[in-house]
Amino acid sequence: MANLKTSSKKTKAQSMGMHTEVLTGKTQQKFFNPDEAENFFYWGTHKVDFNKRTELDVKDMDCKEANNKIDELMSEGYGTIVIKNPQGKHSLGVGILNKLNLIFEGSLGYFGVGSIDGPIVTVNGRVGWSCAENMMAGKVVIEKNAGSCFGAAIRGGDLICKGSVGARTGIDQKGGSIVVAGDAGAFTGFMMQRGRIVILGDVGINLGDSMYDGTIYVGGKIGSFGSDAVEAPMTKNDIEWLTRKLKVAEIGNNVNLSKMTKVVAGKKLWNYDALEPTERKGAI
Amino acid sequence: MCGIAGLIHRGKSSNVGEELQNMLQALKHRGPDSTGYALYANNDGQNFIMRFKVGENVGEGSTSVNEDESVYDERKKLVDKKLSDLGATIMKEEKLTPYSYRYEIKYGKDLMWFSKAIESIESVEILSIGKSLELIKDLGDAITVSERYGLNKVQGTHGIGHARMATESGVDIKSAHPFWGYPFADVSVVHNGQLTNYWNNRRALENKGMRFMSECDSELIAVFLAEKMRDGATLEEGMKQSLTGLDGVFTYFVATKDSLGMAKDTMAAKPLVLYESDDLVAMGSEEIAIRSILPQEIDTYDPFDGEVKVWQI
Repeated sequence: MANLKTSSKKTKAQSMGMHTEVLTGKTQQKFFNPDEAENFFYWGTHKVDFNKRTELDVKDMDCKEANNKIDELMSEGYGTIVIKNPQGKHSLGVGILNKLNLIFEGSLGYFGVGSIDGPIVTVNGRVGWSCAENMMAGKVVIEKNAGSCFGAAIRGGDLICKGSVGARTGIDQKGGSIVVAGDAGAFTGFMMQRGRIVILGDVGINLGDSMYDGTIYVGGKIGSFGSDAVEAPMTKNDIEWLTRKLKVAEIGNNVNLSKMTKVVAGKKLWNYDALEPTERKGAI
Repeated sequence: MCGIAGLIHRGKSSNVGEELQNMLQALKHRGPDSTGYALYANNDGQNFIMRFKVGENVGEGSTSVNEDESVYDERKKLVDKKLSDLGATIMKEEKLTPYSYRYEIKYGKDLMWFSKAIESIESVEILSIGKSLELIKDLGDAITVSERYGLNKVQGTHGIGHARMATESGVDIKSAHPFWGYPFADVSVVHNGQLTNYWNNRRALENKGMRFMSECDSELIAVFLAEKMRDGATLEEGMKQSLTGLDGVFTYFVATKDSLGMAKDTMAAKPLVLYESDDLVAMGSEEIAIRSILPQEIDTYDPFDGEVKVWQI
Protein backbone atom coordinates (compact mmCIF):
# COMPACT_ATOMS: atom_id res chain seq x y z
CA MET A 1 0.00 0.00 0.00
CA ALA A 2 1.19 3.47 -0.72
CA ASN A 3 2.05 5.29 2.48
CA LEU A 4 0.09 8.51 2.36
CA LYS A 5 0.81 9.18 6.01
CA THR A 6 4.38 10.31 5.32
CA SER A 7 4.47 13.70 6.95
CA SER A 8 6.75 15.41 4.44
CA LYS A 9 4.57 14.28 1.54
CA LYS A 10 1.47 15.33 3.42
CA THR A 11 2.80 18.82 4.12
CA LYS A 12 3.85 19.26 0.51
CA ALA A 13 0.57 18.00 -0.86
CA GLN A 14 -1.45 20.13 1.52
CA SER A 15 0.47 23.24 0.58
CA MET A 16 -0.52 22.59 -3.02
CA GLY A 17 -4.16 22.05 -2.13
CA MET A 18 -4.09 18.31 -2.73
CA HIS A 19 -5.99 15.45 -1.17
CA THR A 20 -3.99 13.76 1.60
CA GLU A 21 -6.22 11.59 3.75
CA VAL A 22 -5.76 7.83 3.88
CA LEU A 23 -8.49 6.06 1.94
CA THR A 24 -10.38 3.38 3.82
CA GLY A 25 -13.50 1.25 3.59
CA LYS A 26 -15.24 1.37 0.23
CA THR A 27 -12.61 3.60 -1.27
CA GLN A 28 -9.65 1.46 -0.19
CA GLN A 29 -7.19 1.02 -3.05
CA LYS A 30 -4.72 -1.74 -3.72
CA PHE A 31 -1.50 -0.94 -5.51
CA PHE A 32 0.92 -2.88 -7.64
CA ASN A 33 3.37 -4.84 -5.53
CA PRO A 34 6.90 -4.77 -7.03
CA ASP A 35 7.77 -7.97 -5.16
CA GLU A 36 5.38 -9.82 -7.43
CA ALA A 37 6.57 -8.19 -10.65
CA GLU A 38 7.80 -11.45 -12.18
CA ASN A 39 4.25 -12.85 -11.99
CA PHE A 40 2.74 -9.76 -13.51
CA PHE A 41 1.56 -9.86 -17.12
CA TYR A 42 0.12 -6.77 -18.74
CA TRP A 43 -2.04 -8.00 -21.61
CA GLY A 44 -1.57 -6.22 -24.91
CA THR A 45 1.98 -5.00 -24.36
CA HIS A 46 5.06 -5.51 -26.50
CA LYS A 47 8.79 -5.24 -25.96
CA VAL A 48 10.01 -2.59 -28.36
CA ASP A 49 13.31 -0.98 -29.25
CA PHE A 50 13.25 2.83 -29.51
CA ASN A 51 16.07 2.67 -32.05
CA LYS A 52 14.02 0.53 -34.38
CA ARG A 53 12.11 3.08 -36.45
CA THR A 54 9.50 2.86 -39.17
CA GLU A 55 6.90 4.97 -40.98
CA LEU A 56 3.25 4.17 -41.57
CA ASP A 57 1.08 6.04 -44.08
CA VAL A 58 -2.55 5.84 -42.91
CA LYS A 59 -4.02 7.99 -45.70
CA ASP A 60 -6.11 5.15 -47.11
CA MET A 61 -6.76 3.31 -43.85
CA ASP A 62 -9.65 3.63 -41.44
CA CYS A 63 -8.83 3.97 -37.76
CA LYS A 64 -9.22 0.26 -37.02
CA GLU A 65 -6.83 -0.73 -39.79
CA ALA A 66 -4.35 1.93 -38.71
CA ASN A 67 -4.46 0.90 -35.04
CA ASN A 68 -4.09 -2.77 -35.91
CA LYS A 69 -1.08 -1.91 -38.07
CA ILE A 70 0.51 0.07 -35.21
CA ASP A 71 -0.03 -2.93 -32.94
CA GLU A 72 1.52 -5.21 -35.54
CA LEU A 73 4.57 -2.96 -35.84
CA MET A 74 5.01 -2.92 -32.07
CA SER A 75 4.79 -6.71 -32.00
CA GLU A 76 7.69 -6.69 -34.50
CA GLY A 77 9.69 -4.62 -32.01
CA TYR A 78 9.44 -1.18 -33.60
CA GLY A 79 9.83 1.39 -30.83
CA THR A 80 9.62 4.55 -32.94
CA ILE A 81 6.68 4.78 -35.33
CA VAL A 82 5.99 7.83 -37.48
CA ILE A 83 2.41 8.10 -38.72
CA LYS A 84 2.02 9.91 -42.03
CA ASN A 85 -1.22 11.55 -43.25
CA PRO A 86 -3.48 11.06 -40.22
CA GLN A 87 -5.70 13.75 -41.80
CA GLY A 88 -7.97 14.31 -38.83
CA LYS A 89 -9.07 10.69 -38.51
CA HIS A 90 -10.69 9.71 -35.22
CA SER A 91 -9.43 7.31 -32.55
CA LEU A 92 -5.91 6.88 -33.88
CA GLY A 93 -3.22 5.53 -31.55
CA VAL A 94 -5.63 4.36 -28.84
CA GLY A 95 -5.03 1.66 -26.25
CA ILE A 96 -1.22 1.54 -26.46
CA LEU A 97 -0.05 0.02 -23.18
CA ASN A 98 3.74 -0.06 -23.55
CA LYS A 99 6.62 2.30 -24.05
CA LEU A 100 6.67 3.64 -27.58
CA ASN A 101 7.80 6.74 -29.38
CA LEU A 102 4.79 7.57 -31.55
CA ILE A 103 4.91 10.59 -33.87
CA PHE A 104 1.95 11.84 -35.88
CA GLU A 105 2.91 13.97 -38.88
CA GLY A 106 -0.41 15.84 -39.02
CA SER A 107 -3.63 16.27 -37.11
CA LEU A 108 -5.91 13.86 -35.28
CA GLY A 109 -9.69 13.86 -34.98
CA TYR A 110 -11.67 12.84 -31.90
CA PHE A 111 -10.43 10.51 -29.15
CA GLY A 112 -6.85 10.48 -30.41
CA VAL A 113 -4.39 8.44 -28.29
CA GLY A 114 -7.08 7.57 -25.75
CA SER A 115 -6.61 4.97 -22.98
CA ILE A 116 -2.85 4.83 -23.35
CA ASP A 117 -0.46 3.66 -20.67
CA GLY A 118 3.13 4.58 -21.32
CA PRO A 119 3.94 5.85 -24.82
CA ILE A 120 5.54 9.16 -25.66
CA VAL A 121 3.37 10.75 -28.32
CA THR A 122 4.05 13.82 -30.44
CA VAL A 123 1.33 15.27 -32.66
CA ASN A 124 2.74 17.77 -35.15
CA GLY A 125 -0.70 19.20 -35.75
CA ARG A 126 -4.02 19.68 -34.02
CA VAL A 127 -6.20 17.24 -32.09
CA GLY A 128 -9.99 17.06 -31.85
CA TRP A 129 -12.21 16.41 -28.86
CA SER A 130 -11.17 14.15 -25.97
CA CYS A 131 -7.52 13.76 -26.83
CA ALA A 132 -5.75 11.28 -24.50
CA GLU A 133 -8.97 10.46 -22.66
CA ASN A 134 -8.29 8.04 -19.79
CA MET A 135 -4.51 8.21 -20.23
CA MET A 136 -2.79 6.27 -17.45
CA ALA A 137 0.85 7.16 -18.08
CA GLY A 138 3.18 8.54 -20.71
CA LYS A 139 3.66 11.90 -22.34
CA VAL A 140 1.59 13.46 -25.10
CA VAL A 141 2.68 16.68 -26.78
CA ILE A 142 0.38 18.54 -29.17
CA GLU A 143 2.20 21.13 -31.24
CA LYS A 144 -0.92 23.10 -32.30
CA ASN A 145 -4.44 23.53 -30.88
CA ALA A 146 -6.69 20.99 -29.21
CA GLY A 147 -10.46 20.60 -29.09
CA SER A 148 -12.76 20.29 -26.10
CA CYS A 149 -12.46 17.72 -23.30
CA PHE A 150 -8.68 17.70 -23.66
CA GLY A 151 -7.38 15.10 -21.21
CA ALA A 152 -10.82 13.99 -20.05
CA ALA A 153 -10.55 11.62 -17.08
CA ILE A 154 -6.79 11.16 -17.34
CA ARG A 155 -5.29 9.25 -14.44
CA GLY A 156 -1.62 9.96 -14.97
CA GLY A 157 1.08 11.14 -17.32
CA ASP A 158 1.82 14.50 -18.88
CA LEU A 159 -0.49 16.00 -21.48
CA ILE A 160 0.87 19.11 -23.15
CA CYS A 161 -0.68 21.44 -25.71
CA LYS A 162 1.47 24.17 -27.20
CA GLY A 163 -1.56 25.98 -28.64
CA SER A 164 -5.01 26.66 -27.16
CA VAL A 165 -7.61 24.15 -26.00
CA GLY A 166 -11.41 24.06 -26.05
CA ALA A 167 -13.97 23.73 -23.28
CA ARG A 168 -13.98 21.26 -20.38
CA THR A 169 -10.24 20.64 -20.42
CA GLY A 170 -9.41 18.10 -17.71
CA ILE A 171 -13.04 17.20 -17.09
CA ASP A 172 -13.18 14.41 -14.50
CA GLN A 173 -9.38 14.39 -14.28
CA LYS A 174 -8.17 11.84 -11.75
CA GLY A 175 -4.43 12.39 -11.84
CA GLY A 176 -1.49 13.42 -13.99
CA SER A 177 -0.93 16.88 -15.35
CA ILE A 178 -2.26 18.93 -18.23
CA VAL A 179 -0.20 21.88 -19.44
CA VAL A 180 -1.50 24.37 -22.00
CA ALA A 181 0.59 27.18 -23.45
CA GLY A 182 -2.38 29.15 -24.81
CA ASP A 183 -5.95 29.78 -23.72
CA ALA A 184 -8.62 27.36 -22.50
CA GLY A 185 -12.40 27.44 -22.85
CA ALA A 186 -15.28 27.24 -20.38
CA PHE A 187 -15.54 24.70 -17.57
CA THR A 188 -11.82 23.95 -17.41
CA GLY A 189 -11.26 21.36 -14.67
CA PHE A 190 -14.97 20.57 -14.46
CA MET A 191 -15.47 17.93 -11.71
CA MET A 192 -11.76 17.17 -11.56
CA GLN A 193 -10.78 14.86 -8.73
CA ARG A 194 -7.01 14.80 -8.64
CA GLY A 195 -4.05 15.99 -10.65
CA ARG A 196 -3.03 19.42 -11.89
CA ILE A 197 -3.92 21.66 -14.78
CA VAL A 198 -1.72 24.54 -15.93
CA ILE A 199 -3.12 27.12 -18.35
CA LEU A 200 -0.62 29.83 -19.22
CA GLY A 201 -3.17 31.96 -21.09
CA ASP A 202 -6.74 32.97 -20.33
CA VAL A 203 -9.54 30.63 -19.29
CA GLY A 204 -13.29 30.89 -19.91
CA ILE A 205 -16.20 30.88 -17.52
CA ASN A 206 -16.85 28.42 -14.68
CA LEU A 207 -13.25 27.48 -14.04
CA GLY A 208 -12.98 24.42 -11.78
CA ASP A 209 -16.73 24.02 -11.51
CA SER A 210 -17.63 21.34 -8.92
CA MET A 211 -14.04 20.19 -8.61
CA TYR A 212 -13.50 17.64 -5.84
CA ASP A 213 -9.78 18.07 -5.55
CA GLY A 214 -6.66 18.80 -7.56
CA THR A 215 -5.11 22.14 -8.48
CA ILE A 216 -5.45 24.50 -11.41
CA TYR A 217 -2.90 27.20 -12.20
CA VAL A 218 -3.84 30.04 -14.55
CA GLY A 219 -1.45 32.58 -16.02
CA GLY A 220 -3.98 34.88 -17.71
CA LYS A 221 -7.48 36.17 -17.09
CA ILE A 222 -10.22 34.01 -15.61
CA GLY A 223 -13.73 34.33 -17.09
CA SER A 224 -15.31 33.29 -13.80
CA PHE A 225 -14.92 30.73 -11.04
CA GLY A 226 -17.25 27.73 -11.05
CA SER A 227 -19.15 26.41 -8.06
CA ASP A 228 -16.88 25.66 -5.11
CA ALA A 229 -13.68 26.64 -6.94
CA VAL A 230 -11.63 29.00 -4.79
CA GLU A 231 -8.36 30.85 -5.08
CA ALA A 232 -5.49 29.63 -2.90
CA PRO A 233 -2.09 31.18 -2.14
CA MET A 234 0.85 30.14 -4.30
CA THR A 235 3.56 28.44 -2.26
CA LYS A 236 7.22 27.69 -2.82
CA ASN A 237 6.27 24.09 -3.62
CA ASP A 238 3.88 25.29 -6.32
CA ILE A 239 6.60 27.38 -7.94
CA GLU A 240 9.05 24.49 -7.82
CA TRP A 241 6.58 22.09 -9.32
CA LEU A 242 5.56 24.54 -12.06
CA THR A 243 9.18 25.27 -12.91
CA ARG A 244 9.92 21.58 -13.29
CA LYS A 245 6.76 20.81 -15.21
CA LEU A 246 7.11 23.70 -17.67
CA LYS A 247 10.68 22.65 -18.31
CA VAL A 248 9.45 19.16 -19.18
CA ALA A 249 6.79 20.70 -21.40
CA GLU A 250 9.37 23.01 -23.02
CA ILE A 251 7.03 26.01 -22.79
CA GLY A 252 6.49 29.08 -20.65
CA ASN A 253 10.09 30.25 -20.33
CA ASN A 254 9.03 33.85 -19.77
CA VAL A 255 6.10 33.26 -17.45
CA ASN A 256 6.18 34.92 -14.04
CA LEU A 257 5.06 31.90 -12.03
CA SER A 258 4.49 33.81 -8.81
CA LYS A 259 1.85 35.91 -10.56
CA MET A 260 -0.18 32.88 -11.60
CA THR A 261 -3.56 32.23 -9.97
CA LYS A 262 -3.93 28.99 -8.10
CA VAL A 263 -7.39 27.45 -7.86
CA VAL A 264 -8.45 24.56 -5.61
CA ALA A 265 -11.70 23.00 -4.38
CA GLY A 266 -13.50 24.86 -1.60
CA LYS A 267 -14.94 21.48 -0.55
CA LYS A 268 -18.29 22.92 0.45
CA LEU A 269 -20.48 21.08 -2.02
CA TRP A 270 -23.08 18.49 -1.06
CA ASN A 271 -20.93 15.54 -2.12
CA TYR A 272 -18.61 16.02 0.85
CA ASP A 273 -21.52 15.09 3.16
CA ALA A 274 -21.46 11.60 1.61
CA LEU A 275 -17.82 10.96 2.45
CA GLU A 276 -16.77 8.40 4.99
CA PRO A 277 -15.74 9.78 8.40
CA THR A 278 -11.99 9.79 7.80
CA GLU A 279 -12.42 11.51 4.47
CA ARG A 280 -14.93 13.98 5.84
CA LYS A 281 -12.35 15.09 8.37
CA GLY A 282 -10.09 16.20 5.57
CA ALA A 283 -12.86 17.86 3.64
CA ILE A 284 -14.18 20.16 6.37
CA MET B 1 -25.95 14.23 -32.86
CA CYS B 2 -26.07 15.83 -36.36
CA GLY B 3 -23.20 17.22 -38.39
CA ILE B 4 -22.94 20.69 -39.85
CA ALA B 5 -20.54 22.14 -42.37
CA GLY B 6 -20.05 25.47 -44.05
CA LEU B 7 -17.59 27.30 -46.26
CA ILE B 8 -17.16 30.69 -47.84
CA HIS B 9 -14.78 31.69 -50.61
CA ARG B 10 -13.71 35.28 -50.31
CA GLY B 11 -13.23 37.13 -53.56
CA LYS B 12 -13.93 34.20 -55.88
CA SER B 13 -16.37 31.47 -56.83
CA SER B 14 -15.83 27.75 -56.66
CA ASN B 15 -17.65 24.47 -57.05
CA VAL B 16 -19.36 24.90 -53.67
CA GLY B 17 -21.88 22.17 -54.47
CA GLU B 18 -19.23 19.47 -54.72
CA GLU B 19 -17.19 20.88 -51.84
CA LEU B 20 -20.15 20.90 -49.48
CA GLN B 21 -21.18 17.45 -50.68
CA ASN B 22 -17.76 16.09 -49.73
CA MET B 23 -17.79 17.84 -46.37
CA LEU B 24 -21.24 16.50 -45.48
CA GLN B 25 -20.47 13.01 -46.69
CA ALA B 26 -17.48 12.97 -44.31
CA LEU B 27 -19.97 13.71 -41.51
CA LYS B 28 -22.45 11.04 -42.53
CA HIS B 29 -21.89 9.06 -39.33
CA ARG B 30 -23.22 12.04 -37.35
CA GLY B 31 -26.52 12.17 -39.21
CA PRO B 32 -27.76 9.43 -41.53
CA ASP B 33 -31.43 10.44 -41.78
CA SER B 34 -31.43 13.44 -44.09
CA THR B 35 -29.07 15.92 -45.69
CA GLY B 36 -29.61 19.54 -46.58
CA TYR B 37 -27.72 22.15 -48.56
CA ALA B 38 -28.01 25.91 -48.72
CA LEU B 39 -25.84 26.92 -51.67
CA TYR B 40 -25.28 30.51 -52.71
CA ALA B 41 -24.94 30.15 -56.44
CA ASN B 42 -23.78 32.38 -59.26
CA ASN B 43 -27.28 33.24 -60.47
CA ASP B 44 -27.95 36.35 -62.53
CA GLY B 45 -29.72 38.04 -59.62
CA GLN B 46 -32.62 39.21 -61.78
CA ASN B 47 -35.31 36.86 -60.55
CA PHE B 48 -36.22 35.12 -57.33
CA ILE B 49 -35.41 31.43 -57.05
CA MET B 50 -38.21 29.69 -55.21
CA ARG B 51 -37.71 26.10 -54.14
CA PHE B 52 -40.78 24.41 -52.74
CA LYS B 53 -42.27 21.03 -52.08
CA VAL B 54 -45.81 19.84 -52.56
CA GLY B 55 -45.41 16.62 -50.59
CA GLU B 56 -42.91 14.50 -48.75
CA ASN B 57 -40.38 11.87 -49.63
CA VAL B 58 -42.07 8.71 -48.41
CA GLY B 59 -39.13 6.45 -49.16
CA GLU B 60 -37.43 4.05 -46.79
CA GLY B 61 -36.98 5.47 -43.28
CA SER B 62 -39.43 8.30 -43.78
CA THR B 63 -42.00 9.04 -41.07
CA SER B 64 -44.25 10.82 -43.56
CA VAL B 65 -47.68 9.61 -44.61
CA ASN B 66 -47.78 7.96 -48.01
CA GLU B 67 -49.85 9.92 -50.56
CA ASP B 68 -50.89 9.20 -54.11
CA GLU B 69 -48.54 11.12 -56.40
CA SER B 70 -51.49 12.57 -58.29
CA VAL B 71 -52.11 14.97 -55.39
CA TYR B 72 -48.69 16.47 -56.03
CA ASP B 73 -49.71 17.55 -59.53
CA GLU B 74 -52.93 19.02 -58.19
CA ARG B 75 -51.05 21.03 -55.60
CA LYS B 76 -48.55 22.21 -58.18
CA LYS B 77 -51.42 23.54 -60.29
CA LEU B 78 -52.76 25.39 -57.24
CA VAL B 79 -49.33 26.94 -56.68
CA ASP B 80 -49.20 28.11 -60.31
CA LYS B 81 -52.63 29.67 -60.00
CA LYS B 82 -51.73 31.35 -56.73
CA LEU B 83 -48.59 32.80 -58.28
CA SER B 84 -50.63 34.20 -61.09
CA ASP B 85 -53.12 35.70 -58.64
CA LEU B 86 -50.24 37.31 -56.73
CA GLY B 87 -48.91 38.92 -59.90
CA ALA B 88 -45.79 36.77 -60.04
CA THR B 89 -44.50 35.56 -63.38
CA ILE B 90 -42.90 32.15 -63.71
CA MET B 91 -39.79 32.62 -65.86
CA LYS B 92 -38.56 29.04 -65.63
CA GLU B 93 -39.73 25.92 -63.84
CA GLU B 94 -38.07 22.61 -63.09
CA LYS B 95 -39.59 19.51 -61.58
CA LEU B 96 -36.79 17.98 -59.53
CA THR B 97 -38.57 15.06 -57.90
CA PRO B 98 -42.25 14.09 -57.87
CA TYR B 99 -42.67 16.32 -54.82
CA SER B 100 -40.26 19.25 -55.26
CA TYR B 101 -39.80 22.10 -57.70
CA ARG B 102 -37.48 24.94 -58.52
CA TYR B 103 -39.07 28.07 -60.01
CA GLU B 104 -37.51 31.25 -61.23
CA ILE B 105 -40.10 33.96 -60.75
CA LYS B 106 -40.39 37.66 -61.33
CA TYR B 107 -42.01 39.28 -58.31
CA GLY B 108 -41.56 42.70 -56.72
CA LYS B 109 -43.86 42.90 -53.72
CA ASP B 110 -43.92 41.81 -50.06
CA LEU B 111 -42.37 38.37 -49.54
CA MET B 112 -44.15 37.59 -46.28
CA TRP B 113 -47.56 38.12 -47.85
CA PHE B 114 -46.43 36.12 -50.86
CA SER B 115 -45.16 33.21 -48.76
CA LYS B 116 -48.28 33.05 -46.63
CA ALA B 117 -50.42 32.86 -49.73
CA ILE B 118 -48.41 30.04 -51.30
CA GLU B 119 -48.17 28.06 -48.08
CA SER B 120 -51.91 28.34 -47.51
CA ILE B 121 -52.16 25.49 -50.03
CA GLU B 122 -52.31 22.16 -48.21
CA SER B 123 -48.89 20.47 -47.71
CA VAL B 124 -47.04 23.10 -49.75
CA GLU B 125 -43.91 24.47 -48.13
CA ILE B 126 -41.51 27.01 -49.56
CA LEU B 127 -38.03 25.71 -48.80
CA SER B 128 -36.38 28.96 -49.80
CA ILE B 129 -36.72 32.19 -51.69
CA GLY B 130 -33.74 34.22 -52.75
CA LYS B 131 -31.79 35.57 -55.66
CA SER B 132 -28.75 33.40 -55.02
CA LEU B 133 -29.92 30.88 -52.38
CA GLU B 134 -30.56 27.33 -53.57
CA LEU B 135 -31.88 25.37 -50.59
CA ILE B 136 -32.23 21.64 -51.06
CA LYS B 137 -33.03 19.06 -48.43
CA ASP B 138 -34.17 15.49 -48.61
CA LEU B 139 -33.79 12.08 -47.03
CA GLY B 140 -30.52 10.25 -47.52
CA ASP B 141 -26.82 10.98 -47.22
CA ALA B 142 -24.95 13.84 -48.87
CA ILE B 143 -24.11 12.03 -52.09
CA THR B 144 -27.63 10.61 -52.47
CA VAL B 145 -29.22 14.04 -52.14
CA SER B 146 -26.57 15.72 -54.26
CA GLU B 147 -27.06 13.23 -57.10
CA ARG B 148 -30.85 13.43 -56.83
CA TYR B 149 -30.76 17.23 -57.29
CA GLY B 150 -27.62 17.59 -59.41
CA LEU B 151 -25.76 19.69 -56.86
CA ASN B 152 -22.17 18.72 -57.47
CA LYS B 153 -21.84 21.15 -60.35
CA VAL B 154 -23.23 24.21 -58.56
CA GLN B 155 -20.78 27.09 -58.75
CA GLY B 156 -21.02 29.74 -56.06
CA THR B 157 -19.33 31.63 -53.27
CA HIS B 158 -20.53 29.95 -50.11
CA GLY B 159 -22.85 27.45 -48.54
CA ILE B 160 -23.92 25.63 -45.40
CA GLY B 161 -25.16 22.11 -44.95
CA HIS B 162 -26.47 19.60 -42.47
CA ALA B 163 -26.43 15.85 -41.95
CA ARG B 164 -29.33 15.10 -39.64
CA MET B 165 -29.92 12.48 -37.00
CA ALA B 166 -33.58 13.00 -36.09
CA THR B 167 -34.05 13.34 -32.34
CA GLU B 168 -36.66 16.02 -31.68
CA SER B 169 -39.02 15.41 -34.60
CA GLY B 170 -39.74 13.06 -37.49
CA VAL B 171 -37.61 11.84 -40.38
CA ASP B 172 -39.08 14.05 -43.08
CA ILE B 173 -38.11 16.92 -45.34
CA LYS B 174 -39.95 19.55 -43.37
CA SER B 175 -37.87 18.80 -40.25
CA ALA B 176 -34.61 18.58 -42.19
CA HIS B 177 -32.13 21.44 -42.22
CA PRO B 178 -31.28 24.03 -43.48
CA PHE B 179 -34.17 26.25 -42.52
CA TRP B 180 -35.01 29.27 -44.56
CA GLY B 181 -35.02 32.54 -42.59
CA TYR B 182 -38.63 33.28 -43.55
CA PRO B 183 -39.54 35.82 -44.86
CA PHE B 184 -36.07 37.13 -45.67
CA ALA B 185 -34.69 36.32 -49.08
CA ASP B 186 -31.39 34.42 -49.10
CA VAL B 187 -31.20 33.64 -45.35
CA SER B 188 -30.61 30.06 -44.18
CA VAL B 189 -29.66 28.31 -40.94
CA VAL B 190 -28.27 24.91 -39.86
CA HIS B 191 -27.95 23.77 -36.27
CA ASN B 192 -26.34 21.04 -34.19
CA GLY B 193 -27.77 20.68 -30.69
CA GLN B 194 -31.01 20.88 -28.75
CA LEU B 195 -32.97 23.95 -27.73
CA THR B 196 -34.82 23.70 -24.43
CA ASN B 197 -36.94 26.85 -24.55
CA TYR B 198 -38.39 26.09 -27.97
CA TRP B 199 -42.08 26.23 -27.07
CA ASN B 200 -41.85 29.43 -25.01
CA ASN B 201 -39.98 31.15 -27.83
CA ARG B 202 -42.24 29.69 -30.51
CA ARG B 203 -45.42 30.91 -28.81
CA ALA B 204 -43.93 34.38 -28.35
CA LEU B 205 -42.73 34.58 -31.95
CA GLU B 206 -45.98 33.26 -33.40
CA ASN B 207 -47.80 35.97 -31.45
CA LYS B 208 -45.56 38.45 -33.27
CA GLY B 209 -46.61 37.05 -36.65
CA MET B 210 -43.65 34.76 -37.35
CA ARG B 211 -44.20 31.43 -39.09
CA PHE B 212 -43.10 27.90 -38.16
CA MET B 213 -43.44 25.04 -40.61
CA SER B 214 -42.13 22.14 -38.54
CA GLU B 215 -41.85 21.04 -34.94
CA CYS B 216 -38.09 20.80 -35.20
CA ASP B 217 -36.47 22.88 -32.45
CA SER B 218 -33.75 24.05 -34.83
CA GLU B 219 -36.25 26.00 -36.90
CA LEU B 220 -36.51 28.34 -33.94
CA ILE B 221 -33.04 29.73 -34.68
CA ALA B 222 -34.02 30.80 -38.19
CA VAL B 223 -37.25 32.37 -36.95
CA PHE B 224 -35.53 33.99 -33.97
CA LEU B 225 -32.91 35.63 -36.21
CA ALA B 226 -35.50 36.64 -38.79
CA GLU B 227 -37.56 38.38 -36.12
CA LYS B 228 -34.51 40.27 -34.82
CA MET B 229 -33.59 41.33 -38.36
CA ARG B 230 -37.19 42.36 -39.05
CA ASP B 231 -36.90 44.64 -36.03
CA GLY B 232 -33.75 46.25 -37.43
CA ALA B 233 -30.90 44.21 -35.95
CA THR B 234 -27.97 43.26 -38.13
CA LEU B 235 -27.27 39.57 -38.61
CA GLU B 236 -24.38 39.69 -36.15
CA GLU B 237 -26.46 41.57 -33.56
CA GLY B 238 -29.23 39.01 -33.90
CA MET B 239 -26.76 36.17 -33.47
CA LYS B 240 -25.30 37.74 -30.33
CA GLN B 241 -28.81 38.13 -28.90
CA SER B 242 -29.42 34.43 -29.61
CA LEU B 243 -26.71 33.45 -27.12
CA THR B 244 -28.99 34.50 -24.27
CA GLY B 245 -32.37 34.28 -26.01
CA LEU B 246 -31.94 30.62 -26.89
CA ASP B 247 -31.55 28.09 -24.11
CA GLY B 248 -29.89 24.74 -24.61
CA VAL B 249 -26.82 23.55 -26.42
CA PHE B 250 -26.04 24.67 -29.90
CA THR B 251 -23.57 25.41 -32.59
CA TYR B 252 -25.24 26.93 -35.61
CA PHE B 253 -24.36 28.52 -38.94
CA VAL B 254 -26.32 31.19 -40.71
CA ALA B 255 -25.78 32.40 -44.25
CA THR B 256 -27.04 35.35 -46.23
CA LYS B 257 -26.42 36.30 -49.84
CA ASP B 258 -23.02 37.77 -49.01
CA SER B 259 -22.03 36.43 -45.59
CA LEU B 260 -21.57 33.38 -43.42
CA GLY B 261 -21.73 33.32 -39.63
CA MET B 262 -21.30 30.91 -36.73
CA ALA B 263 -22.42 30.98 -33.11
CA LYS B 264 -21.59 28.67 -30.25
CA ASP B 265 -23.52 28.45 -26.98
CA THR B 266 -22.02 29.64 -23.70
CA MET B 267 -21.21 26.11 -22.54
CA ALA B 268 -19.50 25.16 -25.81
CA ALA B 269 -21.31 21.87 -25.59
CA LYS B 270 -21.39 21.18 -29.31
CA PRO B 271 -18.31 20.76 -31.45
CA LEU B 272 -16.99 23.01 -34.16
CA VAL B 273 -13.64 23.07 -35.93
CA LEU B 274 -12.70 26.09 -37.97
CA TYR B 275 -10.16 26.82 -40.68
CA GLU B 276 -9.63 30.41 -41.77
CA SER B 277 -7.35 31.81 -44.47
CA ASP B 278 -7.39 34.98 -46.55
CA ASP B 279 -9.52 33.46 -49.29
CA LEU B 280 -11.38 30.61 -47.63
CA VAL B 281 -13.19 29.86 -44.38
CA ALA B 282 -14.27 26.26 -43.87
CA MET B 283 -15.85 24.79 -40.76
CA GLY B 284 -17.56 21.67 -39.61
CA SER B 285 -18.53 19.54 -36.64
CA GLU B 286 -15.38 17.51 -37.16
CA GLU B 287 -12.03 18.20 -38.75
CA ILE B 288 -12.51 15.38 -41.25
CA ALA B 289 -15.14 17.55 -42.96
CA ILE B 290 -12.54 20.23 -43.62
CA ARG B 291 -9.95 17.62 -44.58
CA SER B 292 -12.26 16.33 -47.28
CA ILE B 293 -11.63 19.53 -49.24
CA LEU B 294 -8.24 20.51 -47.82
CA PRO B 295 -6.18 17.34 -47.42
CA GLN B 296 -2.92 19.21 -46.91
CA GLU B 297 -1.71 20.06 -43.40
CA ILE B 298 -3.55 23.17 -42.16
CA ASP B 299 -4.07 25.04 -38.90
CA THR B 300 -7.53 24.68 -37.41
CA TYR B 301 -9.04 25.58 -34.06
CA ASP B 302 -12.17 25.25 -31.95
CA PRO B 303 -14.01 28.54 -31.42
CA PHE B 304 -14.62 29.20 -27.73
CA ASP B 305 -17.86 29.28 -25.77
CA GLY B 306 -20.20 32.17 -26.57
CA GLU B 307 -18.29 33.05 -29.73
CA VAL B 308 -20.00 34.66 -32.73
CA LYS B 309 -18.20 35.23 -36.03
CA VAL B 310 -19.39 36.57 -39.37
CA TRP B 311 -17.42 36.57 -42.65
CA GLN B 312 -18.19 38.39 -45.88
CA ILE B 313 -17.59 37.05 -49.38
